[in-house]
Amino acid sequence: MAWFKKDKPASQKHVKVPEGLWIKCNSCKEIIYRKEVERNLKVCPKCNYHFRISAKERIHLFVDEGSFIETDKNLSSNDPLNFSPEGKDQVPYKTRLEEVRESTDLTEAAISGNASIDGHPVIMIVLDFSFFGGSMGSVVGEKFVRAVEKASEERLPFISIASSGGARMQEGIISLIQMAKTSAVISKFKTIGKPYISILADPTFGGVSASFAMLGDIIIAEPKSLIGFAGKRVIEQTINQQLPDNFQTAEFLLEHGMIDIIVPRKDLKRTISNILSLTAGDK
Amino acid sequence: MHNYLDFEKPVVELENKIEELRRIADGSDVNITTEIRRLEKKASDMRNSIFSRLTPWQKTQIARHFDRPHTLDLINLLTQDFIELHGDRNFSDDPAIVAGLARFEGFPVVVIGHQKGKTTRERILRNFGQPHPEGYRKALRIMRLADRFNKPLITFIDTPGAYPGLGAEERGQAEAIAKNLYMMFKLRNPIISVVIGEGGSGGALALSVADRILMLEHSVYSVISPEGCAAILWKKAPNETGPEDFERASAALKLTASDLLSLGVIDEIIPEPLGGAHKSHKETAANIKKALLMHMEELMRKPSDMLLNERYEKFRKIGAVSEAGL
Repeated sequence: MAWFKKDKPASQKHVKVPEGLWIKCNSCKEIIYRKEVERNLKVCPKCNYHFRISAKERIHLFVDEGSFIETDKNLSSNDPLNFSPEGKDQVPYKTRLEEVRESTDLTEAAISGNASIDGHPVIMIVLDFSFFGGSMGSVVGEKFVRAVEKASEERLPFISIASSGGARMQEGIISLIQMAKTSAVISKFKTIGKPYISILADPTFGGVSASFAMLGDIIIAEPKSLIGFAGKRVIEQTINQQLPDNFQTAEFLLEHGMIDIIVPRKDLKRTISNILSLTAGDK
Repeated sequence: MHNYLDFEKPVVELENKIEELRRIADGSDVNITTEIRRLEKKASDMRNSIFSRLTPWQKTQIARHFDRPHTLDLINLLTQDFIELHGDRNFSDDPAIVAGLARFEGFPVVVIGHQKGKTTRERILRNFGQPHPEGYRKALRIMRLADRFNKPLITFIDTPGAYPGLGAEERGQAEAIAKNLYMMFKLRNPIISVVIGEGGSGGALALSVADRILMLEHSVYSVISPEGCAAILWKKAPNETGPEDFERASAALKLTASDLLSLGVIDEIIPEPLGGAHKSHKETAANIKKALLMHMEELMRKPSDMLLNERYEKFRKIGAVSEAGL
């Protein structure tokens, strides 16, 4: 029956900011001059859509120039499940990790370190969606815990920026446990009287939203970013009904009381700096 | 009629044949009686050999078996004086999670668990054991009672996962789960979780941050269902994947009790009767009771600071990484 087989529809790939002079906005589909988008912190000048950006770009967006010192850079996964499904086209997890490391110039899906924001010292961790969808496995979990432990020791505010599809499937139950582990360290951190600011960027889902990302003292989201527990497609298949247009957007979450503020990229530094100074001081 | 699984078919057929022979023989014919005995031995050997070599996917199917003992069955078999408590005091009562006070071997305890339901009607009412945020918030409210009255908390894990739906998202499914994970590290009472069927991802974890995690022999616990994993790995629509894909996905996921024991995630495997927990709820409950008693007595002797530290360290150390660099 092979001649009946339909050609697979061209996959609707998410448009990252591609190379070239002109780019198309994911949201309003306008063709925009690339330089203009970059000047605008990778935000669409027409519709205010915030393009996904790398962890490094995010860090430079709001820390004082030259203040970021990366920690725990060399952690790598032990591939706890020895994940290597049978079947054709299946690449073992270890091999895929190497490939992704090469193609992204990242060692894992999170970058952590010390920095200062308008002179306020902080500890932070930023997830990068381009590395395995920003998913949390043992390395992201461990980096997160070490960063928070350090913030506790040094009595510093802690900031996380999430951009993640959730738990890393290839590390199975070990990824799931990272949800508990990261929540545990936040429960310790919250006894020291310093703020935990959680920033949600597009997208924040599953095991990341259902653990540390939703535990911020103050939760900030980027405009129009998608945030939720289950993916929209899974929900549609389950409930078989039309979902509201703004479903799982930052605006939807704000409306339902799940986040504190929506802050455009250009205002992020000012807002965080403000929060840090308003929450500063010891008991 | 009992439900049976595909791979049980040969042994079920044999058992039916024995049943028939027994009806004909009526205990009078010596030849038939010996024949029955011979066949019974054969059936039991067959069951033994099938159940000693179950694949992870077969285990997943047993873990989801309709006749398996569910939380309320076990509460009835294991505890006395159960008083079910309802509601999250905010939105509603979620029947997918049951919670309450009870007495276990003389000890007052708090019990909480996912409840799947037995009949089709009950399964629908209980949303197939898939909680909404209010379910997790009810659970948290009652966990806090355990902390306040310093009673051991026993949780039974049996869910395909937290419910993916519009209302669940509107009311903060992610926040509800996260809050439970966070708060369970603060509870000063002993916590023991028993995975009795399906441990479905975050929706299961939200009740199983515990000092001891025990698993029934044929239960499973995973970050994603084999079906979900297969759809991602083979990039197919859910209705295009089949049992072969699920076999391979469940093997890759390492979701059985023995996998989790060797990964250091759980503390003990509780044996099931031959043929699975659904063959004898009573025997299953007796095995659970033995394990629970042992761990509870051990945990109750520990001061709460020690419990909290050990609980933190238990989870802290899961997910070892290499430091050496790349």
